[in-house]
Amino acid sequence: MPDDIKLDKELKVVGHRNVRPDGMDKVTGRAKYGADLILPGMLYGRVLRSPHAHAKIKSIDTSAAEALPGVKAVVTGKDFPDQPKSKPPYGPMIQDAWDATRNIIAREKVFYDGHCVAAVAATSDSIAKQALKLIKVDYQILPHVIDPIEAMQPDAPILHEDQFTLGVEGATKPSNVFRIMKAAKGDVDKGFAEADLIIERDFKTKAVHQGYIEPHACVGNASEDGNVEVWTSTQGHFVSRNQLANLLGLPVGKIRLTSSEIGGGFGGKIPMYGEPLAVRLSQKANRPVKIVMTRDETFRSTGPTSGSHVWMKIGVKNDGRIVAADAKLYYEAGAFKGAGIAAAIGCMFSEYDLENIRIEGYDIVSNRPKVAAYRAPGVPMAAFAVEGVINQIAKKLKIDPVDIRLKNAAKQGTVNVSGIKYGPIGFIELLEKVKAHPHYNTKLEKNQGRGFAAGYWMHAGGMSCASVNIQDDGTVTLIEGNPDIGGSRASMAAMAAEELGIPFEKVRPIIADTSSLGFTFLTAGSRTTYATGMAVVEATRHAIKICCERAAAVWGVTPEQVKWEDGHAKPASANVGDFAPLSLSELAKKAPMMGGPIAGHSEINATGQGPAIGGHLVDVEVDPETGFVKLLRFTVFQDVGRAISPDYVEGQLQGGAIQGLGWALNEEYIYNDKGQLVNAGFLDYRMPVASDVPMIGTVLIEEPNPNHPYGVRGVGETPIVPPQAAVANAVENAIGIQMSELPMSPPKILRAIAADRLKAAE
Amino acid sequence: MSRHHISTTINGDSAEFLCDTDESLLDCIRNELHMTGTKEGCGTGDCGACSVLLDGRLVCSCLVLGVEAAGKKIDTIEGMAQGDKLHPLQRNFLEHAALQCGICTPGFLIAARALLEKNPNPTETEVRFWLAGNLCRCTGYDKIVRAVMATAAELRG
Ligand code: FES
Ligand code: FES
Repeated sequence: MPDDIKLDKELKVVGHRNVRPDGMDKVTGRAKYGADLILPGMLYGRVLRSPHAHAKIKSIDTSAAEALPGVKAVVTGKDFPDQPKSKPPYGPMIQDAWDATRNIIAREKVFYDGHCVAAVAATSDSIAKQALKLIKVDYQILPHVIDPIEAMQPDAPILHEDQFTLGVEGATKPSNVFRIMKAAKGDVDKGFAEADLIIERDFKTKAVHQGYIEPHACVGNASEDGNVEVWTSTQGHFVSRNQLANLLGLPVGKIRLTSSEIGGGFGGKIPMYGEPLAVRLSQKANRPVKIVMTRDETFRSTGPTSGSHVWMKIGVKNDGRIVAADAKLYYEAGAFKGAGIAAAIGCMFSEYDLENIRIEGYDIVSNRPKVAAYRAPGVPMAAFAVEGVINQIAKKLKIDPVDIRLKNAAKQGTVNVSGIKYGPIGFIELLEKVKAHPHYNTKLEKNQGRGFAAGYWMHAGGMSCASVNIQDDGTVTLIEGNPDIGGSRASMAAMAAEELGIPFEKVRPIIADTSSLGFTFLTAGSRTTYATGMAVVEATRHAIKICCERAAAVWGVTPEQVKWEDGHAKPASANVGDFAPLSLSELAKKAPMMGGPIAGHSEINATGQGPAIGGHLVDVEVDPETGFVKLLRFTVFQDVGRAISPDYVEGQLQGGAIQGLGWALNEEYIYNDKGQLVNAGFLDYRMPVASDVPMIGTVLIEEPNPNHPYGVRGVGETPIVPPQAAVANAVENAIGIQMSELPMSPPKILRAIAADRLKAAE
Repeated sequence: MSRHHISTTINGDSAEFLCDTDESLLDCIRNELHMTGTKEGCGTGDCGACSVLLDGRLVCSCLVLGVEAAGKKIDTIEGMAQGDKLHPLQRNFLEHAALQCGICTPGFLIAARALLEKNPNPTETEVRFWLAGNLCRCTGYDKIVRAVMATAAELRG
């Protein structure tokens, strides 16, 4: 029988730098992404989008478009069944089909610039584009609102007349505030009364886009018997399948989604956009329909994350010990409810061991695209404020910024605001590693500054399935259900190979379509290597158990007398008898005589996830003449539990850090006075490029999560939490001015410097 | 609208396709020739995912018209490996884990090869500025730059 893997056992595959199994296809151009499927007879789909931020749709006339030769189908909101509104209580992830169907295609109103109002399918892309011009939409333009604070004002234009704020007793007027969430621990007022120093500040961040390089793309293919096939670039084809069935009124079993290779997601490819349109068009045209978004559409109609206003007040004793923390979060949800308030509340103070916490979060709708998750959804904006104030406190009290965190660090046994009690966590070790790191002790020059900030994410668990098929040549097919965005297939194969005691290359991981495996939840929330990894280990152990039973039967002993080691069944001890070990292929070859093929499977609902804490150390140089911030050094420290694939763990840390850097310095959604997005392209929405950044150092702290067979903590979300505050802190240390608004773009920094000089002159 | 008949050479093979006057070379390569290794990230010349060589010159194929390829030589990612032998850049991208989602990878490989052909001994700064026209949202560029530098060193022997 398989032994439980001991975490201290020497591992032969896990933790090694294996070349990912899907890599070859990706360096040769073979890998098929969302836009790469070409089917016989396939039509080109295009979407007509609202130019208005808020308007009533009085009528839509599609007749001229339908009459254009080559146009095979046109759909509007009327082609989709309406959906009921969900009712409270809402979980942290609000699922409201009424909202979802309206976000996919407008019905009574358009709620943002870029909102889909109609879609066409035609024999060529240029005919489809021509057809869009022939659709006549009669709009009645309504006043709009973008900023969340403005959206809360009593005279603000109301998006949804039947939305009354949850969490407010007896609300009689409709409001753009969907709900107010509260969390508290201890006695905050008492804490403040005991404080020696209290700092209170406001922070603002702008909406930013996930910026995946592959725009959304899918192919819908409905056949006359009612079966529907969808090929799509998604972070969760099982979740999408269920939603699609609901939105189109189809039986789940009739729909089969295949996830293409996915060109980045970061949360933005959790929601569906084109899929229901492509399927509906295909049902009407009886031909496959491909819909590929442009970059402009991707910016205007998908993602982004919330813009935010955060108020933060923290009280400390003179020794740096935090005695009270109070916060209010105002987050944009976009056109429909569901800003990342819940996650923010659950994570924002959670790397600290605090007695008294109070948080209030506002989920506010406004006339911009419905927000989507973006890596640790909701948490970076809150962390920007928490870490910003802690850095101010450290400065005031003349305490080293790492020391003040050591003073307050969460440890085993700490209970956070959500009532979660921590098992072993590596934050203290992490902070000590920061202090000892050469980066921390590098000398800085004029106009240069160093910043530090920490961040927390509680990674997700949830439902996952896996199957392991042993082939008669000793190779193994591993089937799982999570789209692989950053190398997860490599980690899954590594865990299976480690369990089986065979070389990494002998395991071929495959991502199943929705009809070939049981439900598997999203590739999101840093859950894949944790939860699906557990399923893979369990499925592999199941296959090994069968192998041991077969060997026992061959030898005429009991299964307990057989052990699995280095890819072979062996007698568990010398007393069992002198039997030559049986290899995987020898056992698989006996399958026809012994009860059939050998396969293991697992269906789980993973719990026991652990916190993943990171700390970012950043050096910048600010040019006082131009306001330009140059990144000099960046080192990411993170407790990763156990790095199954260190290369790809480092990659997550580096990539998240640079996304956070873009968020801190340049990226923002810019609207004109009509509520139209004016920078919907990579030229004007400036993401970091190779020449903006140096090499990014990584330090992996491995404090294993005891609930995972290999100690995994999900790593993908945490690295986007600390950078904004770390960079702001570095800028402040370079120019001596507190920056509390993102992005810290050159004009803003110049303005801050000018204002500061003016103040000094007075 | 009648379409144009274009004769061109792609990865050493002669090829023909029909295209509209306003159709980009990128769309022709993908939709007419069905070679989907070249990617579209923006369609406006800002991301480099569509990088190809046109008569040896590095271009964004989304900014070139299909008709401009007439009589010219196009090199795409599909022609980068020689038989089953990967180009050293391809091998080093794999060994250095220089890709996560991989959508930017074909563009980076084509652009990096063009760099190394021009400048076999680039500094890190030169690599970063040459590749500044290629966006990668996943990696933070660290491992990409390392893979290119390692390849340059390897090719210099
Ligand atoms: S697709 Fe051509 S540069 Fe982005
Ligand atoms: S690897 Fe995903 S964009 Fe570069």
